Amino acid sequence: MRYSYFPGCSLKGTGKAYEESLLPVLKALDIEVHELEDWNCCGATAYMAVDESAALKLSARNLAIAEKAKDEVLAPCSACYLVLRKTQKYIQEYPKVGGEVRQALQNAGLEYSGNVEVKHPLDILVNKVGLDAIKKRVKKPLTGLKVATYYGCQIVRPYSAFDNQARPVAMDKLMEALGATVVHYPLKTRCCGGSLTGTISDVGLRLVYILLKEARKNGADIITTLCPLCQFNLDAFQDQIKSRYDDVTTPVVYFTQLMGLAFGIPESELGLKRNIVPAEPALAGKV
Amino acid sequence: MSPFKQQIRYESQRDLRFADEIMATPGCEDLGGCIQCGTCSGVCPLSIYMDHTPRNIINLARAGFKDDVLTSNTIWLCASCYHCTVECPKSIKITDIMYALKQRAIKDGVYRRGIPIPVLAREFFNMVRRNGRVTENWLATILYLKTDWLAMLKMGGLGLKLIRTGRFSFTMDHIEGREQLRKLLEPSSNNNTSASQGAKQ
Repeated sequence: MRYSYFPGCSLKGTGKAYEESLLPVLKALDIEVHELEDWNCCGATAYMAVDESAALKLSARNLAIAEKAKDEVLAPCSACYLVLRKTQKYIQEYPKVGGEVRQALQNAGLEYSGNVEVKHPLDILVNKVGLDAIKKRVKKPLTGLKVATYYGCQIVRPYSAFDNQARPVAMDKLMEALGATVVHYPLKTRCCGGSLTGTISDVGLRLVYILLKEARKNGADIITTLCPLCQFNLDAFQDQIKSRYDDVTTPVVYFTQLMGLAFGIPESELGLKRNIVPAEPALAGKV
Repeated sequence: MSPFKQQIRYESQRDLRFADEIMATPGCEDLGGCIQCGTCSGVCPLSIYMDHTPRNIINLARAGFKDDVLTSNTIWLCASCYHCTVECPKSIKITDIMYALKQRAIKDGVYRRGIPIPVLAREFFNMVRRNGRVTENWLATILYLKTDWLAMLKMGGLGLKLIRTGRFSFTMDHIEGREQLRKLLEPSSNNNTSASQGAKQ
């Protein structure tokens, strides 16, 4: 298996630990990835709010580069995954959008004919590699670790096709394959608030507080997620939440970090030191 | 601000072209089909903070109460989680409508002042147009400089933690193909969103 890896801005910035843990895990499962050449920002939420047409063109540049490389695109960030897939859909469904995007690409010396698949690593791991193959690779099962699986919003809605939109289970099954115990977590697809933590903190921090509190209430030792913005929001503001509302301290790690630990990849190679709320106490004695 | 808030709307406050202009945006064509069931407002994690709930915004927008809609905080509180879009029994892409309203509010310069989100959107847009990529902590710094110095001081502790954990980028990232990007975005860089195309109809 070979993919064009589209990191997106976060996996090179605040979400470095996601890249640091994703790449060795894929390698351990013989999945070959090449970083998409000179990729640009997917456009994300903020860009779409200013100019939709420009956002779609921006996103299409990545698709054009990937098509040339003849690989499927692997997009680990939920926003990138959503925007790339939305762009494909809009180019296809709206002839006017398609025409504008193709013209813009042509002006820039690029071409996109619509033959690119955009996939999320969770989809590849659970549905292509398969849980049996993953189980076989587990060296240190995460026995006794109680995990809340937090999917966030944009990975399941509305352009994703690999899991249930209201009650996704892919990450739950994956965690069980690693030997962990998945706790009941009904807020698993509730929005983390995105940039609201930094812009309107009265609102943003409250949303994050509710997510953390629910995980703790249900007995989670740790929260695992697959989105760099969710990880940042849930990890970085816990001291502010403590002084405002309540102590709901819970470490938040990427699902790929837990996979790496279960695969026996050294902790130091999985970016765990980048956590603001240290994960080590929750992991102690379990990995 | 007057303590007396007008509770009803008058016919004269309607802009009868507004709904058509929004519906001309790809993804927004079904605005008129809303049955006002309120599912969107029920599932929205942010509706309790909004001055008009999503259901209300849809109703006001299609009736042409442009000023109420474009100056609302609703459109900026929408974090694009798409829950409403997925649950809407009429398959209305409410998130896309929120995007179209944000674009229009920025274009008309009537977006709600005092909340930093429209400024964030604009600065994000500018950074990507210039560099092709976003460097998150730089974006946040620019945002706080332009909107709220005090907020930057409050976030100072977080900045230090990001530095300590190696999650802070000291340089601004950019793509190699910046010239290509300029050409790609050139024809539409004068902010000709679908809203303005709709206005010509």
